[in-house]
Amino acid sequence: MHKLWRLLGRRLLQFLPILVFATFVVFGLLQLVPGDPALALAGDYASAQRIAEIRHEYGFDQPLIVQYGIWLWHAAHGNLGLSLFSSEPVTQLIWDRLPNTMFVAVYALIVASAIGIPLGVLAATRSGTKLDGFVTSTASMGVALPSFWLAMILALQFSLYRHWFPTTGSAYFFTDPVGAISHATLPAIALAVSVVATLARQVRSDLLEVLNQQYMRTLRAKGLSNGAILWKHGLRNVSATLLTLVGLQVNRLFSGAVVIEAVFAIPGVGSLVSYSAINKDFPVVQGVVLVLVLIVISVNLLVDIITALLDPRVAAA
Amino acid sequence: MTTIVQKPALVIAPRRGRAARFLRWMRSDIRAVLSIGFLLALLLISILAPVIAPYPPNDQNVSLLLAPPSAGHWLGTDDLGRDVLSRLIYGAPNSLYASFLAVFVAVLLGVPVGLLVGFVGGWFDEISSRFIDALLSFPPIVLAIAVTGALGIGLTNAMLAVGFVFAPFLARLVRAQTLVVKSALYVDASRGFGASTPHIIWRHILPNAIQPVIVQVTLALAVALLAEAALSFLSLGVQPPAASWGGMLARAYNYIEIAPEQMYAPGMAILLTALAFNALGESMRVALDPTMKRR
Repeated sequence: MHKLWRLLGRRLLQFLPILVFATFVVFGLLQLVPGDPALALAGDYASAQRIAEIRHEYGFDQPLIVQYGIWLWHAAHGNLGLSLFSSEPVTQLIWDRLPNTMFVAVYALIVASAIGIPLGVLAATRSGTKLDGFVTSTASMGVALPSFWLAMILALQFSLYRHWFPTTGSAYFFTDPVGAISHATLPAIALAVSVVATLARQVRSDLLEVLNQQYMRTLRAKGLSNGAILWKHGLRNVSATLLTLVGLQVNRLFSGAVVIEAVFAIPGVGSLVSYSAINKDFPVVQGVVLVLVLIVISVNLLVDIITALLDPRVAAA
Repeated sequence: MTTIVQKPALVIAPRRGRAARFLRWMRSDIRAVLSIGFLLALLLISILAPVIAPYPPNDQNVSLLLAPPSAGHWLGTDDLGRDVLSRLIYGAPNSLYASFLAVFVAVLLGVPVGLLVGFVGGWFDEISSRFIDALLSFPPIVLAIAVTGALGIGLTNAMLAVGFVFAPFLARLVRAQTLVVKSALYVDASRGFGASTPHIIWRHILPNAIQPVIVQVTLALAVALLAEAALSFLSLGVQPPAASWGGMLARAYNYIEIAPEQMYAPGMAILLTALAFNALGESMRVALDPTMKRR
């Protein structure tokens, strides 16, 4: 048990600087705006008094590091400011929309893992065959496919023509699970395709590397069946990388979700951030970027800890 | 994978010089030839757009809105009566410019930082690497959107943002390469002969660390193209009336029920160009990797 706590402590310590730097980048976004950040935050129609208030409130008259401190203090207390447009608290705006984004992203991740990982295993175990060639070339196609274009084609074919799925919007999973799933299916598929391609390629090359190791020949010489070799030795050896790989897809899914949400008119944080960026609603932009990067970092931390717990070598190190 | 080199070629090839070697490589890698051909054609189309486009890109024919393909308009017209084929052709230079600008920015920021971090090492490396990790934790498109919003929307700003978002990937790669090369014997030898640090970085580390960067840069062109399309689709990139493939898709999306055929051509253009960049990158990875060469 002591060991576990030490491990957790060490991982947390490693992630702390990443967290600090990431929050600093989010804070720094406002500094990229040409001109006075107070003007940017006040919006176009603010009075001189309001601008002075903002300047004081955010500490823009103080050194940068103090400003960062003030911002971080507010953010840590759940105060991300008010939207310049609706005057709603940014945390509320994000809280309302985040479930929609998360639902589609998790759905897509499940679909992508369920298809991509077996495809990669299949291609690796039959490497050099036509099947492998098919998987590999389909995967290169999947990586180059603009996901929002695929989303448009799916929307046209399966909701406008065939009415299998609703075209736009979303439903809350806990009150209307069937509606939520049917709303999220096409977006999740569109989002999953490039992840399927990435997973299949990576799993194929990782597994191939393991299967081509010297000890594999020994196992075969020992008389082990191909299935046993694959399950007991091949997949076990790639399982740690697999988890890391799946974890790394989370930030790609959020990236994709922004565009996919626009196509299916899903009220998620992706459509919120692009809409707010166009309208120069900076507190909202900063808020969404902060929340998403915090989720990504937490997932990576979690994956890191689980990998460490699964791998006796890492746990001992 | 594909090379089954006959014995005679093996003997003769080194004597024939570069042209012959290049020809042999082309014969052995059809995929690379196709993608280079496609990209050169695209470049030519971009340069000659005013000559080969049947109509000016913003010419409106108000009597012909959202028309299906016809003899006069091979790919039909859009919602403002503009010729889709012409806009597709005029979109090519914008898309290529965008991809190259983003990757150029990424190289300009990422390579020197990676070299410096890898070369200096120590606590500087520790801190910088955590910072790079932090940047890599951001969902790329989301960060690009935020940076574009801060800088002001438009194609150039959007691509500066995408370049900024890509830079840490390159920095991490170059850092890792630099660490490997730095400890090589010939670097020690060079230092022993009294070579200066800039000389060592320039003459030894950069050339040896750059190979995987060349591959990644080619692959990054595809990602940049897709990012440009996505940002233009969200109207953060190319601003109307300028033509861009992503922007054309955004317009097509608005009329998806009336004129669904509008979305196929721009989407195909993006897909094929991204495929070509990726294929070229993969071929270069094979061609540059010394362990995969079978001569």
